[in-house]
Amino acid sequence: MVIGIIKKFINKVLRNIFKGKKQLKLGLYGPPNGGKTTLANRICKDWLGEEMGSVSNMAHETREIQIKEQIVISSKGKELAFNLVDTPGIATRIDYEEFIKSGMKEKEAKTRAKEATKGVIDSIKWLDDMDCVVVVLDATKDPYSQVNITIVGNLQARDIPVLILGNKVDLRKASIKNIQSAFPQYDVIGISAKKGTNIDQFYEGLFALVK
Amino acid sequence: MTLTLQFVPYSEIENLGPARRVNKLIEIVKQEKIVLLEGRLKKEEEADLIAITMEEIGDKFRGIELAVINPPKNEGFFAGVKSGMLNALLGDRQGFTVVGPASVVKQIKQDPNKIELFTQDAEITKKKRKKK
Repeated sequence: MVIGIIKKFINKVLRNIFKGKKQLKLGLYGPPNGGKTTLANRICKDWLGEEMGSVSNMAHETREIQIKEQIVISSKGKELAFNLVDTPGIATRIDYEEFIKSGMKEKEAKTRAKEATKGVIDSIKWLDDMDCVVVVLDATKDPYSQVNITIVGNLQARDIPVLILGNKVDLRKASIKNIQSAFPQYDVIGISAKKGTNIDQFYEGLFALVK
Repeated sequence: MTLTLQFVPYSEIENLGPARRVNKLIEIVKQEKIVLLEGRLKKEEEADLIAITMEEIGDKFRGIELAVINPPKNEGFFAGVKSGMLNALLGDRQGFTVVGPASVVKQIKQDPNKIELFTQDAEITKKKRKKK
């Protein structure tokens, strides 16, 4: 316990020392199909005027870490600059047959599965490099999945500031309350990255996150 | 279909390093058995478990389903200190960890008090019933 507190303190001090020297890295993490890339596209479109990556209904569309540098957002006279890191969704299982069921040919499905497994490994490796993280969850799904708990737990163990988003609030099944019950110690904001709902509240949340 | 649950007492992984702990669990899961581990892995080990699972995925092994049941948190300062000291002395023996092969376990649903394990077989039966 004492060692943990000392480790957290050292991490915090080191992060503060280096924060001034390098650009802040803001990571988008979460399970597949939560809407990380849709959100990344929304941020990039709002502040850079261009999109970041392709989105799809099929899981594991993002299979490589994508970085957009030098994003500067502003709100109420304040400015925040960061490098946005969009990560592949973290999963515990990847079955190429699921891709075949979605209409892919076997060879293509196997390649996609292989790339997806590498993507998950990269996402986990990159956890240590993040200065702060936005966890993007699909608000229509059960938040008590072990993947969600493991992601948030690992960020907590590394003392990385976390903001949780419940995405897809434009859908009827969405429940922000469920996410709040699952992660009561964190701020949870409900958004629709696709429709832009509550996006200003999310940007406000980012300022609070990096304070 | 027969489901095999293999109980792994904490003492079996206690003296292993993080990589060997995780590999031990994956080796059991790859034999199509469901691991019931006494206690919990550390958060970083859970992430390692996912990463190593990804490395192992191939035509036969499609991954894992994972769930951790935590005991209810002790309220109050002294209860917290007691629980913290026990963890420091004995390791994370509290709670249970369930790790199943994705080929057998379709989904594990959990809330703070219970775990529901859905097998691939149950899913097929459900679909057949719907068709009728």
